[in-house]
Amino acid sequence: MIQISNITKAFNGKEVLKGITAEFKKGETNLIIGGSGTGKSVLLKCMIGLVTPDKGSVLYNDRDFYNGDKETQQSIRREMGVLFQGGALFDSKTVEENVRFPLDMLTDQSMQEKQERVNFCLQRVGLDAAAKRMPSEISGGMKKRVGIARAIVMNPKYLFCDEPNSGLDPLTSVKIDELIKEITQEYEITTIIITHDMNSVMEIGQNIMFLYQGAKLWEGVNSNIIKTDVPELKEFLFSNKLLREMEP
Amino acid sequence: MSVIGKYFIFLGTLFSKGEKLSVYWRRLMEECVGIGVSSIFIVAIVSTFIGAVSCIQTAYNLVSPIIPISTVALIVRDMEILELAPTITCIVLAGKVGSNIASELGTMRITEQIDALEVMGINSSSYLVLPKVIAAMLTFPMLVIFAAFLGITGGYLAGTLTGVITQRDYLYGIRDSFVPYNIFFMCVKPFVFGFLIATISSFKGFFTEGGALEVGKSSTGAVTNSCISVLIADYLLAQLLL
Repeated sequence: MIQISNITKAFNGKEVLKGITAEFKKGETNLIIGGSGTGKSVLLKCMIGLVTPDKGSVLYNDRDFYNGDKETQQSIRREMGVLFQGGALFDSKTVEENVRFPLDMLTDQSMQEKQERVNFCLQRVGLDAAAKRMPSEISGGMKKRVGIARAIVMNPKYLFCDEPNSGLDPLTSVKIDELIKEITQEYEITTIIITHDMNSVMEIGQNIMFLYQGAKLWEGVNSNIIKTDVPELKEFLFSNKLLREMEP
Repeated sequence: MSVIGKYFIFLGTLFSKGEKLSVYWRRLMEECVGIGVSSIFIVAIVSTFIGAVSCIQTAYNLVSPIIPISTVALIVRDMEILELAPTITCIVLAGKVGSNIASELGTMRITEQIDALEVMGINSSSYLVLPKVIAAMLTFPMLVIFAAFLGITGGYLAGTLTGVITQRDYLYGIRDSFVPYNIFFMCVKPFVFGFLIATISSFKGFFTEGGALEVGKSSTGAVTNSCISVLIADYLLAQLLL
C-alpha cells in the first residue's frame, strides 16, 4: 500500500500540487485522472522520487520515502517498476537487453538465471519473438509492452504507469490496460496509473482519483464516477458532445 | 556563477555511489570505441593536411640563405608537437565527440531514459558520464600522438613531393635539437582537454530540458564551451609547464 499525505509542489512560485492526500491499495489498479496540466505527472514524479515535493510525505508500506535514510529510499526504489509515457527504452540495446538491464545492474544472478527471467517476462507480455529487435524496429504498442516487461522483471511491489495508452489505437490500448490489470492482480502489486483515457477509467479503474488544478476533487470507483456531482469531473467525463447528450 | 557551481556539483556526482566494476569496464570499452576508435579517420585527415600545409607555408616564409632548409622540418615538428597536434586535434574532437555526447545525453534526458535509470536506483550521471570522461582522457592522448606522427609525415610528403625540401634535410630537421620533454607536454594537454570536453559536453547534455530544439542548443553549447575551455586551458598549461 502507498499513502501520500499533504503533497505540495510549486514551480517558480506557481503551485501545481495543493496538499494531496490519498491511499493506493495493494492488488488494485489505482488511477489518477484529470485534464492536461492538472499535476498528474508531477504527482507521479513526486511519488517515484524524480521530483522532491515541497511538503508532505510518501509512505510505502509505512516506510517514509523522503524522510527515511538513504538505504530505505534505495530499497524502496528497487521495489518499484515504472512504465514511462514513451517507454523510455534504451536505444542502443535490444528488446531483450532492455528487459535484462535492471537484472544486470542490480543483481548478482547468473546469465542463465537472468535469461530465464527475461524470457518469462517477454512471454508474459507476448513479445518473446521480438527479443532480438532494436527499439527503433518495433511499434509504439510493442514499446509499451517492453516497458512493462522491464518494469516487472525485478518483481516489483509497486508499479507506476504514466499514460500507458497515449498514442495507441483503441484496441492496443485495451490490450495494454488488460495486461496491466492482470499483472497487478497476479503479482499483488500496488499499481498507479496516470491517464486521461476514459476507456481505461471504465475498464480498469478500481480506485480512481480526479485531479483538477493541482487539487484532489473526487475519489471513488469506476461504477460511481458517472453519477458524480462534481461539475469539473462531469465536464471532464462528458467533454464529448455525444456523451453530454447521454449524461444521466 | 550558479552554472559553474552546478557543474562542480555534477562532477561530484560522477564519483558518488558507483555501480559494479564489471559494469563500468564494459561501458568504458564501449566508450573507448565510440570516442576514440571512431575518431581515427577524421583525426588522420585533419592532421595529415595540417602537417602538409605547415611544411609548405613554413618553407614559403623561410626564404633566406642563412637559414638551413632543414629548419622547415624542425619548425613543422615543434609546431605539431607543441600546438597543432594536441590543440587542433582536440578542437576537432570537441566538435565531433562533444556534440555527440551532448546530443546523446540530451536525447536520453528528453525521452526519459535518464529518469528510467534514476528510478531504478542507478546513479545515472556516474553510469553514463564517468566512462565517457575516462575514455576521453585515455583515448585523446593516443589520438594526439597519432596526429603528431601523421602531421610530421604529412609535412614530409608535401615537402618532398613538391621539391620544397629534400628527404635528407627533412629527416635531419625533425631530429635536430629535439627536446623529449615536449612529448610529455604534448601528452598532458589532451589528457586535460579530454576531461574538459567530456565533462562540459556531458553537463550540457545531461541537463537538457525541452525537446529537439533544446537538444540542438545543448549540442551547440557543448562545442562552443568546450572549445573556449580548451583554448583557456591551452594557455594556462603553456604558462605552467613550459
